[in-house]
Amino acid sequence: MRLNGIPIDDTFAEAFGMTATRLIITALNPHWARVAGETMTGFATSVIGCGVEAGIESEIPQAETPDGRPGISVLLFAMSGSDLAKQVERRVGQCVLTCPTTAVFSGMASEKPVPLGKSLRFFGDGHQISKQIGGRRFWRVPVMDGEFLCEEMTARTSAVGGGNFLVLARTLPGALAACERAVEAIRRLPDVLLPFPGGIARSGSKVGSKYKALMASTNDAYCPTLRGLVRSRLEAETGAVLEIVINGLTEADVREATRVGVRAVCDLGPDAGVLRISAGNYGGKLGPFHFHLREILT
Amino acid sequence: MSPLTLTLREAPRQRIEMSAFTPGRLAESSAEAIRRLPLWVGNRQVPTGDLFTVDEGTREDLVIRSDSDRLDGIGAGSTRGTIRVEGRAGAYLGRDLRGGSIRVSGDVGIFAGTGMTGGTLHIGGNAGDFLGAAIPGERRGLRGGRIEVYGNAGDRVGDHQRRGLILIAGDAGDYCASRMTAGTILVLGRTGAQTGFAMRRGTILLTAQPRLPPTFNHNGPHALGFLRLFADALATRDGPFSRLDARGITVDRWLGDLANGGQGEVLVWAP
Repeated sequence: MRLNGIPIDDTFAEAFGMTATRLIITALNPHWARVAGETMTGFATSVIGCGVEAGIESEIPQAETPDGRPGISVLLFAMSGSDLAKQVERRVGQCVLTCPTTAVFSGMASEKPVPLGKSLRFFGDGHQISKQIGGRRFWRVPVMDGEFLCEEMTARTSAVGGGNFLVLARTLPGALAACERAVEAIRRLPDVLLPFPGGIARSGSKVGSKYKALMASTNDAYCPTLRGLVRSRLEAETGAVLEIVINGLTEADVREATRVGVRAVCDLGPDAGVLRISAGNYGGKLGPFHFHLREILT
Repeated sequence: MSPLTLTLREAPRQRIEMSAFTPGRLAESSAEAIRRLPLWVGNRQVPTGDLFTVDEGTREDLVIRSDSDRLDGIGAGSTRGTIRVEGRAGAYLGRDLRGGSIRVSGDVGIFAGTGMTGGTLHIGGNAGDFLGAAIPGERRGLRGGRIEVYGNAGDRVGDHQRRGLILIAGDAGDYCASRMTAGTILVLGRTGAQTGFAMRRGTILLTAQPRLPPTFNHNGPHALGFLRLFADALATRDGPFSRLDARGITVDRWLGDLANGGQGEVLVWAP
């Protein structure tokens, strides 16, 4: 199968179950809302080392935020509810509570609660004030710029993490430009997160390693510098491979993001240097969600 | 479906205890059983049918037509459905209310909404003293739900209030929010003497400068974000409560009662 002249591998991306929450951060102006969001979602590329995968989902106009100020929505994905709760508390406590003018609210409703201001309120040292408004509980914590307003709980939902596709290109600049285009298109979609730097990962991994301590190691089959040494899956002319990893709140969100992303790459046409689109999987052994590229793109 | 309607035949000379009439308690009763239901009138019991005409209808929506101020305990302990009073109500309206709603078009007596933990109480006219307060012998007043008064309220509104919301479109009497522990009281009119007396925590929201005890300290003007959430949550309510967002989020703030910990707040919007 070819899309706009670019071959699509007959393979699938393999994804696994995660749990996710959405937070709404508001501030005096969009700049400070974004600062808070960027800070709390920093160092959150992979659950392996960061505990959580997080990023800014979208900007929210002030007419649509709970307190009528400019805001952003943030998505956080973790492997378990307890991991998520721990990271929400740490990150909101260190990065949003501390950030001038911010307030934070739940951006999701579900049966599964995740504490948000529940413990952070104790920062108020007894001067914190609880308010139940419209059936939701909020905390007003006195801080040096006034009050930090924080919803007591947020909620989490089951989600899908690890959807992906690989862009194989003639040169590294070509691969990067194509992926940047895909990231731009995917980031317009709601309910999805591209957790890696700028939405792009260069260190795609395989399961296992020759070193016992490591559970994952470099995806040697797609490393151009190992061609000829290992069982490479790269043609002679492939100069670089980049991966876009997609987390979504539902399987359909990941499917749609994959479709939009691959199409954005393929719209460039074969002359832009993209040689092939593939996807990462572990033979179907790791995750229950399989995203077959050709099926998604037809 | 039409509501079950009780119409008072004539104004009673003594007080009538009405707590038997709630959607939950009448759910299994036939119209005939309701007419036979004995009601306390003073110190004797009289069948409901002798005091009211009973028109059949759904038990989830009760209508009481009465211009007497002697029907006490209307909706007491109710957990669901609606009770509408066309006219006036006596004392203990909605006492221990758990859920559902009670609407009274006219004035109500003392102790309305005492012991309430949920549901809504909508009072079209004036409310007597001890609205949402603790009755003598109890340590807690309002513990949840919402009380809306479109007229004035008497003294001791929200005495010992623990949680929940009291909205008053008109004036409130003396000792408003006395001994308050938590929750919110909004008064759009004026308040009487000793507002917030002995309050420990909780919020009083006003539009007019109150007469506070000397044990309150001025805290200065503040923009408080929760006021926007508060106004938005009330945007669907009736009358003046739906337009709080126009007042903005900047208030003059007083803290007290410093004789009782001083964690309570009195917020005054600029007129």
